[in-house]
Amino acid sequence: MEHIRTPKVEQVKLLDRFSNKSVTGTLHLTATHLIFVESNSTSAQEIWILHHHIASVEKLSLTTSGCPLLIQCRNFRLVHFVIPRERDCHDIYSSLLRLLRPVSYDELYAFSYNPKQNDQQREEGWQLIDLAAEFERMGVPCDQWQLTDVNREYKVCETYPRDLYVPITASKPIIVGSSKFRSKGRFPVLTYFYQEKKAAVCRCSQPLSGFSARCLEDEHMLQAISKANHNSRCIYVMDTRPKLNALANRAAGKGYENEDNYPNIRFQFVGIENIHVMRGSLQKLLEVMGTRSLSMTDYLVGLENSGWLRHIKAIMDAAIFLAKAVTVEGASVLVHCSDGWDRTAQVCALGSLLMDPYYRTIKGFMVLIEKDWISFGHKFADRCDQLDPDPKEVSPIFTQFLECVWQLTEQFPQAFEFSEWFLIQIHEHVHSCQFGNFLGNSQRQREDLQLKERTYSLWAHLLSEKQNYLNPVYSLSFAESHPVLEPSTQAYHFKFWRNMYHQYDRSMHPRQSILKHVLTLKESNRELEGTVQALKTKLQAFGVSTSPLKPQTPPRERSLPSRPQSLILGAPLLSRKEVQQEEDEEVLGEEAREDAPASTDGERTVEGSSATENGYGELTGSFGSKNEPAVVTLEFGVARMTC
Amino acid sequence: MELSEHIKTANVEDVTLRRPFHPALRGTLCVTSHHLLFSNRKDEASWQLLILLKNIDAIEKRAVGSSGTITIKCKDLLVLQLEIPGMEECLNIASSIEALSSLESVTEMYPFFYRPSHLTLLGPWGLSTTEQYYKQTERLWDRWRVSKVNSDYSVCPSYPSAVIVPREVDDDKLIRSARFRQGGRFPVLSYCHHSNGMVIMRSSQPLTGANKKRCKEDELLLQAVIDGSELGYIIDLRSAQQAQQARMTGGGFESKSCYRHWKRIHRHHERGKVVQESLIKLVEACSDLSHSVDRWLSKLENSKWLSHVHSALSTAGLVVECVERDGHSVLVHGSEGTDNTLLVSSLAQIILDPASRTVTGFLCLLEREWIQAGHPFQQRCAHSAYSHARLKQECPSFLLLLDCVWQVWRQFPLALEFSEALLLRLAQEVYASNYGTFLCNSEQERCAAGVKENTHCLFQSMLKPDIEEQYLNPLYEPTDLAIWPSVHPQSLQLWTGMFLRWTEYAQNMEEAREEVWSIVKEHRERV
Repeated sequence: MEHIRTPKVEQVKLLDRFSNKSVTGTLHLTATHLIFVESNSTSAQEIWILHHHIASVEKLSLTTSGCPLLIQCRNFRLVHFVIPRERDCHDIYSSLLRLLRPVSYDELYAFSYNPKQNDQQREEGWQLIDLAAEFERMGVPCDQWQLTDVNREYKVCETYPRDLYVPITASKPIIVGSSKFRSKGRFPVLTYFYQEKKAAVCRCSQPLSGFSARCLEDEHMLQAISKANHNSRCIYVMDTRPKLNALANRAAGKGYENEDNYPNIRFQFVGIENIHVMRGSLQKLLEVMGTRSLSMTDYLVGLENSGWLRHIKAIMDAAIFLAKAVTVEGASVLVHCSDGWDRTAQVCALGSLLMDPYYRTIKGFMVLIEKDWISFGHKFADRCDQLDPDPKEVSPIFTQFLECVWQLTEQFPQAFEFSEWFLIQIHEHVHSCQFGNFLGNSQRQREDLQLKERTYSLWAHLLSEKQNYLNPVYSLSFAESHPVLEPSTQAYHFKFWRNMYHQYDRSMHPRQSILKHVLTLKESNRELEGTVQALKTKLQAFGVSTSPLKPQTPPRERSLPSRPQSLILGAPLLSRKEVQQEEDEEVLGEEAREDAPASTDGERTVEGSSATENGYGELTGSFGSKNEPAVVTLEFGVARMTC
Repeated sequence: MELSEHIKTANVEDVTLRRPFHPALRGTLCVTSHHLLFSNRKDEASWQLLILLKNIDAIEKRAVGSSGTITIKCKDLLVLQLEIPGMEECLNIASSIEALSSLESVTEMYPFFYRPSHLTLLGPWGLSTTEQYYKQTERLWDRWRVSKVNSDYSVCPSYPSAVIVPREVDDDKLIRSARFRQGGRFPVLSYCHHSNGMVIMRSSQPLTGANKKRCKEDELLLQAVIDGSELGYIIDLRSAQQAQQARMTGGGFESKSCYRHWKRIHRHHERGKVVQESLIKLVEACSDLSHSVDRWLSKLENSKWLSHVHSALSTAGLVVECVERDGHSVLVHGSEGTDNTLLVSSLAQIILDPASRTVTGFLCLLEREWIQAGHPFQQRCAHSAYSHARLKQECPSFLLLLDCVWQVWRQFPLALEFSEALLLRLAQEVYASNYGTFLCNSEQERCAAGVKENTHCLFQSMLKPDIEEQYLNPLYEPTDLAIWPSVHPQSLQLWTGMFLRWTEYAQNMEEAREEVWSIVKEHRERV
């Protein structure tokens, strides 16, 4: 609190990013949020921005109307305020600078966030995902794979979890020896077991081979993995880096496996670029997409030059290679990159998702993230810039994984239990620091922070509003007939993910949503079915036979559970205040509502579609064109934090 | 010369057919005057593929030993391969296809021979006429009238016999205005706003020429359109520079001094050959399976197809902005007024007029704004994306319209009564059809060829209840509001349903669509 000098500024203008529109309102600064409340009395929109979401604050040079403040968020929101007095602007600016750079974990929102649950509920939330049960589901331990306690005290590898699965023939000395020969001690361990062919997906970091070094224990370790699979004598070793990078690493005493020293391995480079290239690529992408009045040509050229989709395809290609080797050839695969926590996590997770329909369900996807990303030590704190960061460590590795999954949902609309809204919501919370799951860089660090005692789990929160994330056309029979997904890697399948990178640019989205509509229909089908059942039971209680009877009053849409406001879903997410409003209106009845929304000044719009926003042409102010009508809508994400 | 004389070999046995994503089939190939028929008889089940020869855009022959391979590239973008045993048969078949797929005479085309038992040639042809449209549209009665000045097509050969013009302008003035407009296409009514009465007019460019000729009657005609209100907008679909240059060749634009109450806005639109080449490049990019993401994006960009979609939608949005938001009338024209003009005026109607978003309304709109309004379908759709023939008058303006409508549907998936299936069907029919609807270049030509008497009407057949159902949008919820599409490049997409329709991708999408249908049906039954 002591960092806040000016908690409230009035008459602040919020400029639209892509048009000349602006709205006026009041800016509030709290310990956790920056809040903008539009002063238009009838339908004030609110924007809540969590401090953790802010990536950068920029004060631009003074203009006649005030002092511009540009705020860029990690969830790709960009807001442009104009604050009338420079002093206020400076106060907000310097407060934000301090607030968005927490110096210790204790300052993170997760430690103060309280969703009004008791300790037991909190505990239950953390118990939802159980990785031991997950390995059991895969069929591990079994006659070839066992749980090892070698890392119980984090002594062998401090970025790995305590429980690790290795081949039964891998003795402790072999493990310890191998770990000494691997970067950061990350020796080969099991991450996915394909039961049907007894083939394993293992992961590790690069070997410290330099130009000629060898390690017998490490060679033994790979032998053991190969022996654990009777289907195939060979194992694939996928180095997910471009060959050049791997070669360069040799000079630093690291490198890759020499096929001469490891019998029965098939070594393969995959060519996914490193975190720095990915960071640069996203930056370029966002720069292009943020351009005002972007032409189609500049858009496509910019998309190409950013290289972003090329990188997405590289990850996808690697995952497909992995899935093919395991499911078609029945071979075990060892995946690594440099440290084995970025590209390796991407490829292992995406590969498993291709092979196992369970990971395409809501719960299964949580398990997958928990396993390949959280437990195996993807450095969320560094990559997502959680705490006073090193800018060179920040990189959108996890975002890329989510995007790959999205690209798959586009190719296989019936294969996933969840919709893209689920992916976007996870992305939101990876950066929000509102829940404990993604804090820190490793399991060990999370234990030290006592996250399970002091914070809440995102998974419980997401499961509690599961119905919002369902894919209405998800089909179990599709999952049965397509246990392994074989996506096409034709270039035209890789598309720009507008709903992620322009999440908050409402003028860009479809104005009506199939997803929302079909979800609503499905929901209502379910309820109608329920009504029928209830009536049947009642009738039976009265001894009446139940033949064709229809429910008297089908429930109206209003009676559905409220959905989060999303442009993707097209439905307004209501903040508590607005829910109140809505309830009030409910009393007034339908007619009152009909006239209430949007149209002012005679303009007719559909869910926020308006001419003013699209900027078709040059009809600016000339010849008695009317004043720009205020388009009234609720901003996406308004009440994100009230949940 | 009889059509059958082109056929030297009518039947070949043991032909192998290869299609994308299907196993190869062996069977018999037949060539008839209008069709290519492949039939495969395996056990009891027989499978047939019937292709209109007119649908074939290009063929390539290749000799492999003693047999030959013919690659057939269709105007609906399907590509097939036929392996034909015997070199001579192969060459015969190929030359028959070449000759019969490029017939020039309208009356020899298949619609004149298509006689299905469930359709009759009796009764009116088409969905509506100008007179009927006028009669049904009460808001026109006050200030507008139907003029028969073009009843013998002498005033404007490409206009229908009846057009709607301001009541106070007599036929003599129309004749003079027509002389002042390219191809005689004087300003006529295209649409009258359902609540504020403002109109969209369309025409061709005025023939002002280098010495800035004027035409009093043309000026009066436009004056009558705005009738006392302060302002109208002229949306000129050329850049200001192009409009200037047009004066050198006798064309021109409405100068401010002569049309004082009209404000001119120039929006550059590519036309003709450039757009046709875009289509060719786009289809080429979509069928090249070898390239990387970078190369694909660069080819997609290079085709410029999406840029055309972008400009068409933006200009249509601008027109709607004038009419709907600012409450002013609009005149749209480019040069000839038969391509981009129709594209923009019909798109604008989809955006602002709820009536044109139903199946019937949309087909009526196409009939009024494209067929009766004289879009030269025969010239524009002579070839599609594969032909190596030298381009003459080809231009996929109509396909561009369908793409734009698809983009609108993507953004407002509940607002249109019809589904993507309808657009795809139209995209196919416009290039090769059993029906007479898209034959010829104008009403006059259709009359001369006897199209209405001797062919069936596509739109009528599509509106038969059992057929219409397959074109319905399960999620349709009518709205009275204008549906302003977003024209950010990020909001526009490649029309995969069209350009990738023969890929494995289409299958998954189809299944998902069926799932949506079944959810909707379940809901309807329950409620």
